[in-house]
Amino acid sequence: MSDYIASIGLEVHVQLKTRTKMFCACPVLDEGEPNTAVCPVCLGLPGGLPVTNREAIRKTVLVGLMIGSEINLRSAFDRKSYFYPDMAKNYQITQQFSPLCLGGVVEINVNGQTKPIRVNHIHQEEDAAKIIHFEHSSGIDYNRGSLPLMELVTEPDMSTPDEAMAFLLALKEMLVYAGISDCNLEMGHVRCDVNSSVRPVGTTELGVKSEIKNMNTFRGIHRALTYELQRQISVLRAGGVVEQETRRWDDDAGVTLSMRSKEHAHDYRYFPDYDLPPVVLDAVTVEAWRAELPELPAAKRARFMADYGLPEYDAGVLVADQDVAAYYEAVAQASGNFKAASNWVMGEVLRALGENNLVIGQAKITPEALAKLMGLVEAKTINLTVAKDIFQILFDKGGDPEALVREKGLAQVSDVGAIEQLVDEVIAANAKVADDYRGGKEAALKFLVGQVMKLSRGKANPQMASDALTRKLGGAI
Amino acid sequence: MNAEPFELGVLDAAEHLASGTVTSVELMRALLDRADQVEPSLNSLCWRDRELALVAAREADEARAAGDARPWLGVPLAVKDVLNVAGQPCTAGSAILQGYVAPYDATVVARLKAAGFILFARANTDEFAMGSSTETSVYGPTRNPWDAERTPGGSSGGSAAVVAARLAPAALGTDTSGSIRQPAAFCGVTGFKPTTGRISRFGCVALAPSLDQIGAIARSVEDAAVLYQVMAGVDPRDAMTSSRAVDLDLENLCAASDLRGVRLGWVQSDAGADLDPDVEALVRAAVKACRELGAEVIEVDLPHQRYGMPCYSVLVSAEASASLARYDGVRYGRRVPADDLQEMMAQTRAQGFGREVKRRLILGTHVLSRGGYERYYERACKVRELIRRDYARVFEQCDALVGPVAPTTAWRLGEPAADPPRMVRADTYTVGANLAGLCALSLPCGFTATGLPVGLQVVGPAFEDARILRIGAAYQHATEWHWRQPGLGEES
Repeated sequence: MSDYIASIGLEVHVQLKTRTKMFCACPVLDEGEPNTAVCPVCLGLPGGLPVTNREAIRKTVLVGLMIGSEINLRSAFDRKSYFYPDMAKNYQITQQFSPLCLGGVVEINVNGQTKPIRVNHIHQEEDAAKIIHFEHSSGIDYNRGSLPLMELVTEPDMSTPDEAMAFLLALKEMLVYAGISDCNLEMGHVRCDVNSSVRPVGTTELGVKSEIKNMNTFRGIHRALTYELQRQISVLRAGGVVEQETRRWDDDAGVTLSMRSKEHAHDYRYFPDYDLPPVVLDAVTVEAWRAELPELPAAKRARFMADYGLPEYDAGVLVADQDVAAYYEAVAQASGNFKAASNWVMGEVLRALGENNLVIGQAKITPEALAKLMGLVEAKTINLTVAKDIFQILFDKGGDPEALVREKGLAQVSDVGAIEQLVDEVIAANAKVADDYRGGKEAALKFLVGQVMKLSRGKANPQMASDALTRKLGGAI
Repeated sequence: MNAEPFELGVLDAAEHLASGTVTSVELMRALLDRADQVEPSLNSLCWRDRELALVAAREADEARAAGDARPWLGVPLAVKDVLNVAGQPCTAGSAILQGYVAPYDATVVARLKAAGFILFARANTDEFAMGSSTETSVYGPTRNPWDAERTPGGSSGGSAAVVAARLAPAALGTDTSGSIRQPAAFCGVTGFKPTTGRISRFGCVALAPSLDQIGAIARSVEDAAVLYQVMAGVDPRDAMTSSRAVDLDLENLCAASDLRGVRLGWVQSDAGADLDPDVEALVRAAVKACRELGAEVIEVDLPHQRYGMPCYSVLVSAEASASLARYDGVRYGRRVPADDLQEMMAQTRAQGFGREVKRRLILGTHVLSRGGYERYYERACKVRELIRRDYARVFEQCDALVGPVAPTTAWRLGEPAADPPRMVRADTYTVGANLAGLCALSLPCGFTATGLPVGLQVVGPAFEDARILRIGAAYQHATEWHWRQPGLGEES
């Protein structure tokens, strides 16, 4: 690869998270009996007319705003003609001549290096229906037809499969964060056409590109690109010419295969769709939408590091889920102890969520309760072991940690008299170990402290127990 | 009652139903009996169901007896075979839609039903409304009630013939380049193409979305206005409908008696349509009548009118090539079985579409293809813009345009096939209103020496529908051409 440079561009189709389809009022169903969420419009019956889903437009505009696109205040829909039964009208409504968002940049991070990837445009369109193949026949599920899609088209700014992967992950993180799409790859929410070309080092003109169609896993894209770039280089090294063509990825064989050459490329006969008025937006509306945008992950990570003094690792873990990040901020602010809050959220909270397969919104422990619990530990009212037990109760059932400590008699024993009594009992019961300590075996102290804790059922202040033991045993040396 | 029940128009029928001098069942039965009598030769309806029609009429009579006071309750209407009426076939006169039964009501259908109208029969049309003679229908040609050897015009020829022959008080049609106005003129009835965006197209089989318009064919301007008033207005299911208020005062319309203060424009520039002298004489006489009613008539120019039809041919074909792509045998309608999917779709379309439809689909595919787009489609869009500007300029000088609807009277069946240019020039005067999104009326204005009707066209600016209806009503109140009936049946 060293004597060739690759240029990779992506066309990413993302299913937007809306209640209804792109051009009719049918609900978007992820499952259900085939052909139950259909109407004259999405079935392409005679006389059906499309009506634009404003929420889909809003979501696509939000994506444009997130990546710094220019929002086209007057975009329009066009018809893209091709005969295939997954498209009920045998044309797709899309935006060919005047897309919704123009330009933009997505920053990616590969091997510690930040690289801007330019976006050419984002346009709005409708999805095709789902064809299901049976043994001797095929069926079409139009429930899946005409769902709202945005198509984001990048410039050929990526030069390795890793960069393409990083781009997709960065995009997915943003889209999920802002509630644009669930980006569930198994559900086909994200699909990609991958354009790539190679050229000799030292040249500037892009090589002839191929397009790998309809990829739906990130891993597949990485593998396909790795294969395809090597294939193109091999062709050039052997003195051959790379054909401009459409290819498909055979995942089992691990190769890309030619689908059709440029000469046989479809002529989609794009022209304006007069069933739909132009999508007219005004600057005030767009600005109002911008104000609704969540803080993006990269910015939030930077802020967590700056404002809460968190290490990069903590910021990354906490920001990955928008709701967890908000939870952390509430705990941090209520407790005033930013790093401890991070330890609690990353440790106990995420562990408990993971074990119970819950999301943060389902945890019963409020950020305020967790902050109080942290306060009890800090004030040495309870020790960490007790705190973790109390956390579990609060996580499962909720409640006030202080009340719980009182109610269960879990407050740390910090009374000198009581502790000395416990220490005396432990020394009496463990005379041999006490002698070891007296004889200079430092490790024996830990065992004795442990015995005090056990005897107190965890309530003894361990530091006071240790001090009392040292005092009493030291006195004997 | 002086008239036979089948002779009643919309307003008359409503009046008689309200006063109890006729019932909906009597009216319906009279229309159905008359259809049985004249249809074998006329062929204006492609579907009617006597049982269903009479059930609906009986229900209307019962509702009225129970106090339902909707003014149009029980008034029968025919619809062009391009409108979806739940439970009725909707075939657009094509073999490819044989077997398709509409599962839903078009918006106009739903509104008319809600107002009490009974949509009891379907009128013949050129296949997918492509034609000017109703000869390309899979059901065979409709004949002109005034002369059975001649065409009723098209594509809403069935609707115009139905109204002229008194088979329904009124009928719905669609107009993409003149398909309401030209058959209305050929059949001696009133045709109204409202402003583009006034009436929802939801549920209307599309030919060319930028040009298609639903409208009314009726005995009089008032009757057409009644249907317009019920149908017009914004529809959330048609994104191209306008939210402007529909400001039509029916009483004012019925009282229109003169044209004082109205400035009418007469287009003097040559449209290149080779206007028949007999037609021109009658139209000029009609314009003179308008002047006598108080209108001022000035001469205006539409320099690009002569390019309207070539421009239209490109646009309608382009749009139709996508609009008709959905008819592939996969989901509904006719399917020609074949070994694989591509072949099934190809055979279904090859056998399901008629010659004229295929001609336009091939043309439309060509003008949108690589290379064709710039050479034909884009240029046609530019010409359309020039035509729009012509009208905008002209309407700064006058309130409405008056002139011929068609350059000729109804031609003999079979003639256009032998004389294609005649077909092309047939819509020269009407297509401008579609290209520019205007409103237009076709009014009966006399008969040639051979007894064929001629139409006067009134074209108004967009959203001035009420204005041209008022002009039309004033003209009709001073003339009687629109009351003339063909001697169909009686003399034979």
